Amino acid sequence: MSAPLATTRPAIPGGPSLLTRLTTRVRHGELGPLPVVVGLVIIWAVFGVATGGDFFGAENLVNLAVQCAGPGLIAVGVVLVLLLGEIDLSVGSVSGLGAAVLGVGLVNHGWPFPLVLAVALGAGAVIGLLYGFLFARFGVPSFVLTLAGLLTFLGVQLALLNTSGSINLPADSFIVRFSLFEYLLPWQAYLLAVLGAGGLFLSDLRTSRRRERAGLASRPLAVSALKAGLLLAVLLGVAAYLATDRGTGVSFAFLVVVVVVVNFFVGRTRWGRSIYAVGGNVEAARRAGVRVHVVYLTVFMLCSVFAVVGGLVSAGSLTAVTLSAGTGDVNLNAIAAAVIGGTSLFGGRGSAWSALLGVIVVQSIANGLSLMNFQGDAPRFIVTGVVLLLAVIVDSVSRRSRQNHGTV
Amino acid sequence: MTTTELDLRPRVPATEPVMSLRGITKRFGAVRALSRVDLDVYPGEVVALVGDNGAGKSTLVKILAGVHQQDDGTITFENAVVSITDPAAARELGISSVFQDLALCDNLDVVANLFLGHEVTTGGVIDEEEMERRSWELLRQLSARIPSVRTHVAALSGGQRQSVAIARALVGEPKVVVLDEPTAALGVAQTAEVLNLIERLRERGHGVVFVSHNLADVQAVADRVVVLRLGRNNGTFNTRDISYEDIIAAITGATDHGASRNPFTEEPA
Repeated sequence: MSAPLATTRPAIPGGPSLLTRLTTRVRHGELGPLPVVVGLVIIWAVFGVATGGDFFGAENLVNLAVQCAGPGLIAVGVVLVLLLGEIDLSVGSVSGLGAAVLGVGLVNHGWPFPLVLAVALGAGAVIGLLYGFLFARFGVPSFVLTLAGLLTFLGVQLALLNTSGSINLPADSFIVRFSLFEYLLPWQAYLLAVLGAGGLFLSDLRTSRRRERAGLASRPLAVSALKAGLLLAVLLGVAAYLATDRGTGVSFAFLVVVVVVVNFFVGRTRWGRSIYAVGGNVEAARRAGVRVHVVYLTVFMLCSVFAVVGGLVSAGSLTAVTLSAGTGDVNLNAIAAAVIGGTSLFGGRGSAWSALLGVIVVQSIANGLSLMNFQGDAPRFIVTGVVLLLAVIVDSVSRRSRQNHGTV
Repeated sequence: MTTTELDLRPRVPATEPVMSLRGITKRFGAVRALSRVDLDVYPGEVVALVGDNGAGKSTLVKILAGVHQQDDGTITFENAVVSITDPAAARELGISSVFQDLALCDNLDVVANLFLGHEVTTGGVIDEEEMERRSWELLRQLSARIPSVRTHVAALSGGQRQSVAIARALVGEPKVVVLDEPTAALGVAQTAEVLNLIERLRERGHGVVFVSHNLADVQAVADRVVVLRLGRNNGTFNTRDISYEDIIAAITGATDHGASRNPFTEEPA
């Protein structure tokens, strides 16, 4: 007969203080956005000094923000696929294909932009569905599947552009204005900042109300107010500084809104929860009743659609669709952005924010190096590659640390 | 010997079994894994299913979980003959299984694991507060020692992970809980924790099927012991009436209870 057990009641709901939880998390390898924020500070400091402060000029930061939009949108899709523990190596080609559809449709055929947009997004959706189907049906590893896609859709892009070569986009077309020439008026940027910080505060307020009603410990309102206040100050400061030049690019604001929306769906819906579950333990998810195939299909589809959106914005900001659109480092920049931003390559960890943070790092490197008069791709490739390597090392080390702490 | 809230006496069985298996037979090709096995589970009772390797315990558990279907025999659940065609059907009936590998997502916290695939939503948004409240309630009822329901499962000990897996099996309020070797990989203290949890399941009125190799654990928590040997019943005993040696004898075949108790069980040679 077993001895009677002294059973401890669970601790007070809510648990230890914020600071204790943070340090425990870091020690256990739950780093979140900490490494990328540190990395960004270092990179900015280096470029700030090396360019004699030119890097922080309002004009340059306005440019930097605009340069982030296209690759950032592609990275959002990559984050989703990485959360599943899979990868999409063809986002560059798919973005190039989207750009080719844009050029051929808009300029060569004179289609209205909404039609071009629908066709391009539709092509992305079909590609993603195809990936999801092949992955689920035949169990082809996503890495090989999308590698095949990389070549195939690059071929389709070249075929589409075969007759015309590169296509210049009219400067007054919607996509070019959206990607390059449209900036938020100061009051619009301030309004967005207030909406963002206010939304965060209201969401926190709602959570703590609901927690109190459910009899759970809730975080003091002062913390939420402080957090929202800080965010508001930062956003207003950025908006005001950018407004001293042309202002916040519409395309960058669009990226931020997309990140917020995707983050909501990933963090707060059953669909999002099932993405994390599949990325953490597919078999457990399947047995718990998660429709795993549906998750794969929707995520691969969204990834390709975001790749197309990013491709359109990138083409718009170049004012041209070229044969090399989506080739070169576009692929790896998007994947690097997601990983540098803190989304794990091993699946199940990360958030949409890592697309934004990561792309700011990647584009800061490109931007800073060009300010320093390093010409050509070589230095950019090397530095971005090294930073990606560092990010992957941080990812792997923190994973190992989690495993060590997981077997306490 | 015990606290007031912990009553270790065997329960007076309810009059009607919640689940009743009769003549369950399962073949894999030429191998007969189960031959006319009977099993009754009463509400608020812990039935230990014991037997040597290859006795058919796992096959029986998989039939209850809907992973395999029996070739012959009937399963009666709450007085109705049912067929368990797949894992979802088992869950809907009210049979919840916890397998050895636990099937937890390490990257998610305890709440997310408890409600995985069955998240509570309000207006399409996950209702974290309601799920967390219910998680605390459930774990408190089970007296499970989890530091915080917001801990990631990766940071839990083996016993705590087992507790989470068992608690998850209770989220749909099943009538029968099947535990496959829940103490196999655990140390002494963690085993005690899980056995304690099984007592709580009984108090909550669940019928528990407890598969184990460890006879000390069996004697600690089970009300009845059902012995399988070579895919057949080899005796059903009240735990208080039987010694450790008796169970060993039944498991190894030194004593043959199958024929005497179920004269029709034996297949023609």
